[in-house]
Amino acid sequence: MATNVVMEALSPTMEEGRIVKWSKAVGDAVKTGETLAEVETDKAVMEIVARADGQLLKQIVAEGATVPVGATVAVIGAPGETVAAAVPAAPAKSSQPPAVSRQPSATPAPAAAPAPAPVSVAPADATRVVRASPLAKRLAKERGVDLKLVQGSGPGGRVVMRDLEGAGAAAVAVPRSAVPQPVDGVAYRDVPLTQIRKTIARRLAASLGPVPHFFLTTEVDMERAADARAALNQQLGDQGKISVNDILLKATALALIKHGACNAWWQEDHIRYWNEVHLGVAVAIEDGLITPVIRNTDRKSLLEISAESRELAGRARERRLKPEEYTGSTFSVSNLGMFEIDQFTGVINPPEAGILAVGTMAAKPVAVDGQVVVRRRLRLTMSCDHRVIDGATGAAFLKTLKQMLENPLAMLL
Amino acid sequence: MTTVTAQPAKGGGDTQAAQQRRMLRDMLLIRRFEEKAAEAYALGKIGGFCHLYIGQEAVGVGVSAALEPTDYVIASYREHGQALVRGISARAVMAELFGKSTGCSSGKGGSMHLFDAEKRFMGGHGIVGGHLPLATGLAFAIKYRGGDEVCVCFFGEAAVNIGAFHEALNMASVWKLPVIFLCENNRYGMGTAFERVAAVTDVVEHACSYDMAGEVVNGMDVLDVQAATQRAVQRARKGGHPTLLEVRTYRYMGHSMSDPLHGVYRTKDEVEEQKKKDPIARLFQRLRQDGAIDQAGYDALETEVQAEVLDAVKFADESPDPAPEELTTHVLAD
Amino acid sequence: MPTITYRDALNQALREEMQRDPNVFLMGEEVGLYQGAYKVSRGLLEEFGAKRIVDTPIAELGFAGIGVGAAMGGLRPVVEFMTWNFAVLALDQIVNSAAKMLYMSGGQISMPIVFRGPNGAALQLSSQHSQAWESWLSHIPGLKVVAPATPYDAKGLLKSAIRDNNPVIVLEGEMLYNNKGEVPEGEVLIPIGQAEVKREGSHVTIICHSKTVSVALKAADQLASQDISAEVLDLRTLRPLDDAAILGSVAKTNRVVVVEEGWPQCGIGAQVVDLIQREAFDQLDAPVLRVTQADVPMPYNKQLERLAKPSPEKVVAAARRVLYLD
Repeated sequence: MATNVVMEALSPTMEEGRIVKWSKAVGDAVKTGETLAEVETDKAVMEIVARADGQLLKQIVAEGATVPVGATVAVIGAPGETVAAAVPAAPAKSSQPPAVSRQPSATPAPAAAPAPAPVSVAPADATRVVRASPLAKRLAKERGVDLKLVQGSGPGGRVVMRDLEGAGAAAVAVPRSAVPQPVDGVAYRDVPLTQIRKTIARRLAASLGPVPHFFLTTEVDMERAADARAALNQQLGDQGKISVNDILLKATALALIKHGACNAWWQEDHIRYWNEVHLGVAVAIEDGLITPVIRNTDRKSLLEISAESRELAGRARERRLKPEEYTGSTFSVSNLGMFEIDQFTGVINPPEAGILAVGTMAAKPVAVDGQVVVRRRLRLTMSCDHRVIDGATGAAFLKTLKQMLENPLAMLL
Repeated sequence: MTTVTAQPAKGGGDTQAAQQRRMLRDMLLIRRFEEKAAEAYALGKIGGFCHLYIGQEAVGVGVSAALEPTDYVIASYREHGQALVRGISARAVMAELFGKSTGCSSGKGGSMHLFDAEKRFMGGHGIVGGHLPLATGLAFAIKYRGGDEVCVCFFGEAAVNIGAFHEALNMASVWKLPVIFLCENNRYGMGTAFERVAAVTDVVEHACSYDMAGEVVNGMDVLDVQAATQRAVQRARKGGHPTLLEVRTYRYMGHSMSDPLHGVYRTKDEVEEQKKKDPIARLFQRLRQDGAIDQAGYDALETEVQAEVLDAVKFADESPDPAPEELTTHVLAD
Repeated sequence: MPTITYRDALNQALREEMQRDPNVFLMGEEVGLYQGAYKVSRGLLEEFGAKRIVDTPIAELGFAGIGVGAAMGGLRPVVEFMTWNFAVLALDQIVNSAAKMLYMSGGQISMPIVFRGPNGAALQLSSQHSQAWESWLSHIPGLKVVAPATPYDAKGLLKSAIRDNNPVIVLEGEMLYNNKGEVPEGEVLIPIGQAEVKREGSHVTIICHSKTVSVALKAADQLASQDISAEVLDLRTLRPLDDAAILGSVAKTNRVVVVEEGWPQCGIGAQVVDLIQREAFDQLDAPVLRVTQADVPMPYNKQLERLAKPSPEKVVAAARRVLYLD
């Protein structure tokens, strides 16, 4: 029996995908799990894998073509099987037909297929309704799990509780990566909005747009931090290199632990205060920007932060990040120092409540103890969501961060 | 204005003439009350079903004249007259018809379910025949407690064809209970003449089936009704013997306010002929012959009851509806 | 604690309440001289006399109505129906008179009356004698409905029913009368409206009442041998339902099977399911399943009858389905 290969939803927000490259040619044998094609989503280049064994009978979508999620892009079946019977009408929610194949189609799919092919197991098909038990839906919401990524073991593919717990279930499709499955009270605490907080939110949003930003700037003396970095790198030798940005990330994470009020998500009807710090690090890519996440930044060593941020940034530029690697951050840092920008303001990445914009570190004359001396200085600008963070709250966080950078030993406090 | 409240007719100090004048007044009150109720129904002040007692006043009044205030009365849905004569005020009855909180059932029962537990008026009941076993049960309770009260159960002749009638009479007789089954035979169950649907058309004959005393009574003569009821009450109080009274009467109005007075099931002539035997006129004539009342006395009674009825309508009109919270009260007792 | 039968537990309850309150009396077919069709009233005629243990003719509508009238007159009747199948004749009095008296009299006339008798199927009594009426009776505002499963519950609930100032329907079971259990002598009062967990469990809740409690307990045993922990919740009172107990158990297990002797359409289980979907939607990991009598009149043939009735095997199968094991 032939199985249709459909354009899968490979990111939470993906609505269509472009076939970058077919990895299998028509006539190739394919096994479940083997890569069939590379697909460019709105965020990254991902892989579509085979969900059935057999032979690739037909490529319906040509390389370079874009089709909506759910559209059939290829057919897998037994050698010699007639393809037409396996290709159903256009996907239910797509008004657009799939992109025209460059291959001349001797047997075009009939308008009314004689019988629909059995639905292939397509857990990431965004066009289908996610079937999940009410309990599974609630747990998934609490744990931040995208149900579209979970293969259900219940009737009709219904996601049930055991699929989320993984206990004894073979079909768990929760990505094996470190997507946090936070539990209320441990990873974060939800605080209902007070009336005054609601009023502030409504009025500020009305005046400034959906996220009412305000900005705080401070200039930091980086002499000691820069000296410490030089000393560390000398000691590390071949083992790795610490950048100023790595120190900034570590200090930011530690300061956020001390100022939990800034490490929060605006959730419309409540504010989620995170007990864990997952820093998003803005990375410029060819045609845009993506923010890979360093999870539990506060608990990682400078060396780990350094290695992870390099590795994530590298793959981000190749557009090979998985969705779970660029979602779930609790606060973001954007550094344009390499472009010699003195200072700038970042735009908050909702639902986060703040982003830190880091300018270039430059030597400049400053007054110290009544004497003009030359010091390495750097400007930090924090954008705050006023619905969550008030002026003094943000300022207190920035003050702690400044103290840590100006006296790196303070990070040990 | 002062309100005159009808009282159970039989009072300790009454002379016979005074008691009969009071019976005349009670019948007049019922007649004027029902006429006003018909008017209020037409104006939309009263909803649902509304069954009037006009023509049958002598039955309720005559029975009541033979009872003590502690005796129980239970009735069908044509019970405005009995309620009034048992001492529920015209205000409380009219307010109940209007569905007001001041009604005798707090606006929850309506025309078919008038209640006053204190006056031992145990309700109007809306399912034909359904309240006959209840009457037997009330009598059962009287006997159980060793009381000397009786229970009178008013029902129409159409109820004779339903099983509950036979079950209630049988057990009342087997257990010798102080109950009087009082059949108001007004000849029509809604639009069906009794002889069209009953094999035995003399209701009283059913008394034989259940080995109880039975009497046929002229329901257009209030004194006959009173006398027959007195005999039945005596039997009941003395030894707990039940009685079946077939009281032949006639309703002038349709079955309910939404039914025609005549037409396919009876003729206008028949109704007019019956009206010549009117129980109120009959008692007035007799009292006048006896010198117990004159035209001026009668007119004074008329004025009095009309004032009472107008007062009742005003009271009902001005009374508040039950509060919305009342929707869910009295579903269960504490 | 003495171990006695369900029948004797009811007998104790009647005896104790009649001793306690002279206004309590028992009436029904064969309750006196014959000692009760199922011997629930054994010995009561001798103790209380014919005034308070009243043999009636076969006239359910009539004596039910007489009970209602007696309650209006200040007594506290206990009306026994030889079975609830016959009580259908008395529904006019239960529904139109007893349940509504307080309301339509504007709160003047309360109705302290108990209607009791065996309910549901026994063995091979065929269609007219094998019916469970609880969903009919539970539909009516103004009534309370209890359905005890054990001797202890039977005594405690009947005593509470007799003391209640409202009409209370007590559904017993011919197949329950011989069941034995521990029952304390003297005062046992179980509040109307309280369910009871008859067996603790964590994977699935089996909601049941009356005869289906033993079905559920047997099913729970079988499930335990498959490493499935079933909680058995005995409703005990069907009106008012113990919402908190039901929801509490659902929150614990997330999966529910409701068992009842009645037919599926508009059954007690349907009411329980309504409550759960309304108040515990986000707790559910599977649709609630019901095990009921087959949607047919009860057949006489033994094999067909067995097929028609709820059984432990049917409950086990339903439990496995809500656990996604089958």
